[in-house]
Amino acid sequence: MNRQIVKLFGLVVALFAVLIGFTSYWSVFDAKALKEKDANARPLLEQQQIKRGRILAADGTVIARSVPKGHGAGLRYVRRYPEGTLYGHPIGYSFVDEGDSEFEQFHNDELVGNESEFSSILDQLSGRSQEGSDIVTNLDPAAQKVALGDLEAAGYGAVVAIEPQSGRVKVLASNPPYDPNRVPYELSKLNTNEAERPLYDRATQGQYPPGSTFKVVTAAAGLESGAITPETQIDAPGELEVEGTPLRNDFGISWPGATLDTALTNSVNTWFGQLGQRLGEDTLFEYMERFGFNSTPAIDLPADQVSKSGVYDAEKEELLGPNDPVDLARVAIGQERLVVTPLQMAEVAAAVANKGKLMKPQIWSRVVDPDGRVTKRLAPSEYSQPISAETAEELTTAMEGVVREGTGTNAEIPGVPVAGKTGTAETPGNKACGGGEEENQAWFIGFAPAEDPKIAIAATVECTEEFGNDVAAPIFRDVAETILNGE
Amino acid sequence: MALVPVALLLTAGFAAVFAQENSRLDNVSLIYGAYFFALCLATHIYLRVRLPKADPYLFPLAALLMALGLVMIYRIDPTLARDQANWFVLGLVLFALTIQFLRDYDVLERYRYTIAVIGLLLLLAPRLPGIGQQVNGAYLGVKLGPLAFQPAEFSKICLVVFLASYLREHREVLIVGARRVLGVTLPPLKHFGPMLVVWGASMFMLVVIRDLGSSLMFFAAFLALLYVATGRFSFVVIGMAMFLVGAWFFASTVPHVHDRVEIWLNPYAHPHKSGYQILQSIFAQADGGLFGKGFAQGLITVPGTNDALLPAAQTDTIYSLIVNELGLFGACGVILTYLLITARGFKIALLAADGFSKLLATGLTAVFAIQAFVIIGGVTRVIPLTGVTLPFVSYGGSSIVANFVLLALLLLVSDRARRESGQAERLGGLALEGR
Repeated sequence: MNRQIVKLFGLVVALFAVLIGFTSYWSVFDAKALKEKDANARPLLEQQQIKRGRILAADGTVIARSVPKGHGAGLRYVRRYPEGTLYGHPIGYSFVDEGDSEFEQFHNDELVGNESEFSSILDQLSGRSQEGSDIVTNLDPAAQKVALGDLEAAGYGAVVAIEPQSGRVKVLASNPPYDPNRVPYELSKLNTNEAERPLYDRATQGQYPPGSTFKVVTAAAGLESGAITPETQIDAPGELEVEGTPLRNDFGISWPGATLDTALTNSVNTWFGQLGQRLGEDTLFEYMERFGFNSTPAIDLPADQVSKSGVYDAEKEELLGPNDPVDLARVAIGQERLVVTPLQMAEVAAAVANKGKLMKPQIWSRVVDPDGRVTKRLAPSEYSQPISAETAEELTTAMEGVVREGTGTNAEIPGVPVAGKTGTAETPGNKACGGGEEENQAWFIGFAPAEDPKIAIAATVECTEEFGNDVAAPIFRDVAETILNGE
Repeated sequence: MALVPVALLLTAGFAAVFAQENSRLDNVSLIYGAYFFALCLATHIYLRVRLPKADPYLFPLAALLMALGLVMIYRIDPTLARDQANWFVLGLVLFALTIQFLRDYDVLERYRYTIAVIGLLLLLAPRLPGIGQQVNGAYLGVKLGPLAFQPAEFSKICLVVFLASYLREHREVLIVGARRVLGVTLPPLKHFGPMLVVWGASMFMLVVIRDLGSSLMFFAAFLALLYVATGRFSFVVIGMAMFLVGAWFFASTVPHVHDRVEIWLNPYAHPHKSGYQILQSIFAQADGGLFGKGFAQGLITVPGTNDALLPAAQTDTIYSLIVNELGLFGACGVILTYLLITARGFKIALLAADGFSKLLATGLTAVFAIQAFVIIGGVTRVIPLTGVTLPFVSYGGSSIVANFVLLALLLLVSDRARRESGQAERLGGLALEGR
């Protein structure tokens, strides 16, 4: 019988090995997939027990913090947003039942202290409970307040302000705002509010026609590709027949032998339409892509909450490429099916301001662990160099004309030279605006001071009957002034 | 002399437990721990005096599991831990009584049919009106006044005793009478009758008690004994086939058993209802990783509420909690402990001189190992999850008391086996010492 007993023991060893195999599978090999299962509430519940790090504005103002509720095994932390609606965008929210969004979602690992497996093992050995790191952002509370306040007075829209040399995002405002503290109580209401869509971050997700602000991109492509120089003259008639439909200048004024300065200062449609045709689709698209069009902006927000900019085909639900048929003259002046995010247009302004170098826009500035040590610091990095320093300088000169004597005079700041470009895209019959015939998308993009830029800004207001210079340029001015005064 | 490794093992086990308890529980736990240690030591000394030749590792290994179980239960609910500690004391008393009065365990052979009937009655008890209890659709509990217990735990010992005795007597005829039919060795029909009875009993359990886990445990123990007794692997294959056919048939006709199998195959079908327990068991393990979350760091209820996040953490899913808090390494330690107990148990069977002792030790060890396999396999989704306890670790008086009796029987066999083999060695002039 002994032989059988030994064999039986062998069987038990095999069976127990199967148990160890399954346990290893669940606890180690398949653990990641299991943690992502919808039915698994554990990761969220455990996160709730971690003291999530704070989110701070550049000056130390607390934007988000966690407060303890209950005690002992029932201890959990709940997120509070002391500033209410001011930072609903871009900070987002983080709650157990409602999930998370925007900055809270993107920086979740740092905020809950998941930075490295090693440190969490150390914490475990030392019996210390996991604690999240604080994140200091680049957001400027004064400027954010001005931006949101101005928007609330002007209408729905967005403002994005970027420090050109570093890509630091100082303002990211979207109107209508929402109060993240209210999310646990009225998320479904916020979600179903079709008309206002307060949870939708217009600064990063809004897809608006850029209107004439896009002429900066067309001009950059013209100068950089050598198609034109600042001296090149193009005859710009008051009306130009393009693809069977007349393209008109404001008030039908014709500009014979106009140079770039004149054309940009007076936002001459037929001049830029011809430039676009001269460039050809390949070149124009190439420069668009250099500025970041057709790609998800490299900002520190979840990719699904940031829209791409480009020529959008609503039927195919995709962005068109250089080989798709487009009306190039109208793309060149920011019409056709071109849609952009305010973030993208702020990046265009920032690239021109930073001698042609586009830095990656970043909201975060540094990560501070619970002991007060800075564990990570933003190292500004270049996204691309769409144009040369020389081209940037030539463009700046032309954009200064816009504010000094052209269509954007309301952006003027006393004693500070400003470079910019207005835009007024007509959006008749836009459902979001209630279908009115006189509705525009008003824009202003620019930077200041022109010779030594400290801030690049895009401001836009939707569903307005006014022009870019009337509603968007003053927002630019107020925000820029606030930031420059704060320096 | 075997006390030295034993003491070391015990101390190491307690040191680990204390280190974890200490960070949370301060002096109180130390006092509890001291009581526990004193009790174990006293029992161990009693054991060494009474059965000097018995296997010195078995009791410390069981005490180790017991200590881990107590700590885990304390961490879940201190009141339960106090109950468990009382059961532990009662278990030790019965352990000592068994050793004291059943030294001549051959007496069991004489009453084997009585014991078999008691075992079957115990199994049936939960279905009796008035005292039976249904738990999660299975009939496993009995309530006599204030005393509630799970008779299946005791019945497993009765059945093993009966089978060991019956097979010892009939193994020869089962082997000799076997015939080859179509290349398969079949047992003789006449002696196959009792085996059919055991198969019938297992199926009966499936239908009447509706518990796949205990049914599987009983039948597997039976097959193990049959295999060891006859050496015919074909018997095991036939038995297994019969069990599978029966189980398949009843799985499709008995709703409770069918549900269990269905949940096992498709836990995600109703993740918040029927699939909740097994899914939460696996999610808890996923959270444990290699090292676990640390003692008392895991979640058992949804914070701020009393809703179970790990249902039946103190009984069925205690292994999942161990994986969650002590990690894969901790779980491997637990499985290894069961493997060591099994190894010692089979060693006893190898050393035993007479057939009954051999089969008894084999059967007791096998049923113990299989029980551990059934519940750990259940919570790790190797097999359908059923309500069997994790021996010595899970909360539950019947389980602890029954397993201590099982352990006592194993030690009795062990003591005699070693004494006899020691005599044999001396008689043969081989004065080999050092066992």
